[in-house]
This record gives sequence, structure tokens and C-alpha cells, in this order.
Amino acid sequence: MASAAIPVPANAEKKSSGTAVKKSVVSRTASPNLIHEDSAAAKAVRYFLIGISVLFIFVMMFLPLATVIKEALKQGWAAYKAAVTDDYTKSAIWLTIEATISALAINTVFGLFAAWAVTKFHFKGKKILTTLIDVPITVSPIIAGLIFVLVFGRQSVIYPYLKQAGIQIVYAVPGVILATVFVTFPFISRELIPVLEAQGTDEEEAAALMGANGWTIFTKVTFPHIKWAFLYGVVLCTARAMGEFGAVSVLSGHLRGKTNTLPLYVEVLFQGFEWVPAFAVSSILVIMAVVILVARNIFEHNAKTKSGGV
Amino acid sequence: MKEKSKRVIPGLGLSLGVTITMLSVIVIIPLASLAVFTGRLSFGEFIDVITNKRVLASFEVSFVTAFIASLINAVMGVVLAWVLVRYDFPGRRIIDGMIELPFALPTAVAGISLTALTSDKGWIGRLFDRVGIKIAYTRIGITFALVFVGIPFVVRTVQPVLEKLDGTYEEAAGVMGASRAVIFRRIIFPEIRPAVFTGFGLALGRCIGEYGSVVFIAGNQPYNTEITPLIIMAKLQEYDYGSASAIALIMLIFSFTLLFAVNMIQVRNSKILKGGR
Repeated sequence: MASAAIPVPANAEKKSSGTAVKKSVVSRTASPNLIHEDSAAAKAVRYFLIGISVLFIFVMMFLPLATVIKEALKQGWAAYKAAVTDDYTKSAIWLTIEATISALAINTVFGLFAAWAVTKFHFKGKKILTTLIDVPITVSPIIAGLIFVLVFGRQSVIYPYLKQAGIQIVYAVPGVILATVFVTFPFISRELIPVLEAQGTDEEEAAALMGANGWTIFTKVTFPHIKWAFLYGVVLCTARAMGEFGAVSVLSGHLRGKTNTLPLYVEVLFQGFEWVPAFAVSSILVIMAVVILVARNIFEHNAKTKSGGV
Repeated sequence: MKEKSKRVIPGLGLSLGVTITMLSVIVIIPLASLAVFTGRLSFGEFIDVITNKRVLASFEVSFVTAFIASLINAVMGVVLAWVLVRYDFPGRRIIDGMIELPFALPTAVAGISLTALTSDKGWIGRLFDRVGIKIAYTRIGITFALVFVGIPFVVRTVQPVLEKLDGTYEEAAGVMGASRAVIFRRIIFPEIRPAVFTGFGLALGRCIGEYGSVVFIAGNQPYNTEITPLIIMAKLQEYDYGSASAIALIMLIFSFTLLFAVNMIQVRNSKILKGGR
């Protein structure tokens, strides 16, 4: 967006207009800014850097995934299948889905309203508001769990009222959901705000002047711009929500079949020296992680090229 | 003119109302309770809690391991970002996608698989065991897990800056006979420095508070491999809410300070990203 307004060197323009990642890379390697490319020393540096990068990714990313698969299948398919289709595993899957969907729903509502408020209007304290929205990202998961224990637990001021109403939050499903919502709270708004900011308010103003109401403006004018960024945020939110461990661990109480999400169930099995089931259940999460990575790459690419601005 | 036009778009009251209400209920009030519960301790008690030997040792473990891991990530992050932006080789796209794995893989799964990988029976642990180095259940293991957790932060902040870097200065320097090392040190590094610091800060913040991927590999020996989040967890299990809040508050102050520092750098960084140098 910025580069369109200011005359920029040919090099920069090529990069902003080059849509396919691969294409721009090829053209960059061929471009004269790497004039030392042919020398033997340059080649050595190049192979060395690629070599340690590949080694790093192999050790840090590939081997852990391979370990999960190897350990999960250590005792053969039957043991694997038994662990994955166990009743406790099933209930953990359901709770994980429940918590993830709740987090997605609540954070989508928040994300859309917050992004609208922050990018379409000018008001005092906007900077503070945007900073506060990002706070949950910097809070340690354990602290995220702790604060909800403090608010809703036995020592809290409101605990007697909750008890009277028969609502249990700490060491129960609502606590698990609350913790999940907290840790993923800014994930959708963060993706929407930069896109909406870059887009400006002209189109909405025009639509409003022509008599469109708020809903029409949002669905017809604004949303098409943020569609991919929104989906990208949804993917990030899902990844974190289904995998959250620390915060949920504080609030869940680890009741098998009741308040265990998948990651918590993995912990219970692992601490109980049930290695094969622990890794078998982990493999479900690994598969979901790989799906998320693929979806993420697609949405990120589309968010950059299809709606990122001008 | 802006003053007039901003009122045209509907929904300020509604959107701001919803935003502030949800933010208060989910973030601000719960976080404030931390201060309330810490406030129930007297000042002397507060000091006693946070200067307790075991707590201080945990601060040291958490900080030192997170710091070393983030340093490793700062170096490896720049290397990876450089390789991904400047070189084309088979498998580049796969590596680019794999960088995000720590964001997608649940921390508990990462924790147990890194533990299995680095224990004396695992693929990596076996190699190091032969030369007498133990990884799992030591501080090296904690650092290993934190390198895993922190790497995408550095790569993803440095990568876009490298992509936008204007090649003309490098070219000019090359024409004038500067070596590659000099070009990197004098021309490229100053440009990506803010991004490296930002990535380092983000990784450090994440690593200090990290729990899931660390508890399994750490061994959790008091004074040696016990991280601060684990101490908070233990205090909670003893229903010692005051102490838990006090220690949490210290961690929170640290991460907010870090966030503030990162934001200061980010302002400069985003200027480069937008091309307005």
C-alpha cells in the first residue's frame, strides 16, 4: 500500500507485485544484488547455511514428530487403536472440540467488534485499548489459569453466590472454556486490525452516505476485504485453543472423562507411565497440527495476495 | 474534516461497548485480581515470598534457560530467515512451512516427544549420552525445549524485513569491493537489527512463561531444574493463593516491561517494513 504511493526503486516494486512466492525468489537469486554468487567462497557459505538450516529443522521439527509416531506404534496397531478409541480419549476429544468452538465463537465476536471500533473511528485511549487487547499473549499460561482460580475459586468473594446458583467454574468444564478463551482472546482481532487499518474508511463512508446501514456496510463492503485474514485468525485461534495446556491444566482438576482435554489427557497418561497411549493420543494432535499448518499456509498466502490492501 | 466524516460510519457505541465489556470481563478484572490477592499480603510477607531461596532459584532457572534459548534462536532465526529469503533449493517451501510447527503443535505433545527424543533411549539423547552429556531432565533439556518454542518468533519477524531490503546498497558496496562479510555486517545487519531484537524479545517473553513443553523435559528438581511457572502451580495446589499471586505478579511485571521494550523497537521496525525510511 505504502509502496504504491511513493516512487520506489525497481527492486522493491518487483517484490510487492510478485505474487507467487516462488517466482519472486527465483527472480531475486538471479538479480544482480548477489554479485558474489559465483565465487567458490560464496558457494561454500551458501551450502553451509542451507546445511545447518536443514539440520536444525530436521532435529527440532521433524524428529519430534517422528518420535510421536514411532512411540505411538511401538506395540503395534492394535494397541494404538485401543488407545485412540478409548472412552476417556473420546470424551477428551469432545471437550477439546467444545472448548475450541467456544473460544472461536467468543473471540470472533470480540475480534470483529474490536477491529471495527479500533479501525473505523478515532477516540481517546485507542492506543491503550489496542495494547490491552494484546495482553493475554504475554501472560504465562499458568498465570492465565491462576487469575480465574482467584476470581471464581473457593476463596473468591463471589464464590458463595456461584455456589448458591449451583455454578461450578473452577475444576469444571466452564473453567476449561474460560481459560481457553483467555489465551486465544486477541488472536482474531490481531489479524483483522492491520488489514482494516490499511484499507481505511473511505469505502465505508461512501456506503454510509449512500444510505447503507451498519450491517450492510459490514457484510458488503468490509468483510470481503478481511475474509482471508479472518480465516487465518480462525486457524491460529484453533491451533492454540486445541493445544492449550498450562492455563487449562490449572483450572481443570484433571478428572478423567470429565474435565480432561486432549493435551491434559496426554499428560495424565504420560505421568502414569502409559507411554504408548500417551503418544497415541498425541498423534491425534499431531495430525491436527499438520492440517492446521497446511491451512495456515494457504490462508496466509491468500490474505497477503487477495485482500491485503490495494 | 476527519472530525465530521468519522460520525458517518455507524456502530461506534455498539462496537466500543462490546469490546470494552468483553475485555473487562475476560482480561482486565481477572488480571486485577492478581493485584488484589497480592495486596492481602503485608509488604514483609511479599518480600519473604519472592526472596525465598527456592523461588529465587526458579527465577534463575527460568531466566537463564530462556535467555540462552533466545540467543540461540536469534542466531538460528537470522540464518533460517536468510536461507529462506535469499536461496532457492529443493525443500525450501517445506522448511518454510515447518517453521510454524511450534505454533501448531500443542505444547504438551511437544514436551513429551522432546523428552522421548532426548532421553538416553531417544534418537538424539543416545548420541549425546555416548559423550556423557545428558539432555532430558537437565537445564540443557529445558533450553532445548525453549529453542523449539521460540524459533518461529525470530524467523517470522526477521524474514519480512529481509524480503523488503533494498538491494542497491549491497550492490554498490559489492561494486566498490566490499567482501560478503563486510556487506552483511555493515549494510544488512543494521537493517535487520531491530527485527532481530524484536524477535529475541518476543521469544524471551514466551520462553519465560512457557510451561507445557518444559515440565516434562525439566525433571523439576528444586533449585536445579524447577521453573517459576511450576512453583506457582505448586503454591496453587497448596491453596497458598497469596504466594502464588505474588510470584505471578513479579513474572507479569517482567513480561510487561519486555513487551514495552519490544513495542518501542517495533515502532522503528514497522517504519522499515512500510518502506518509509
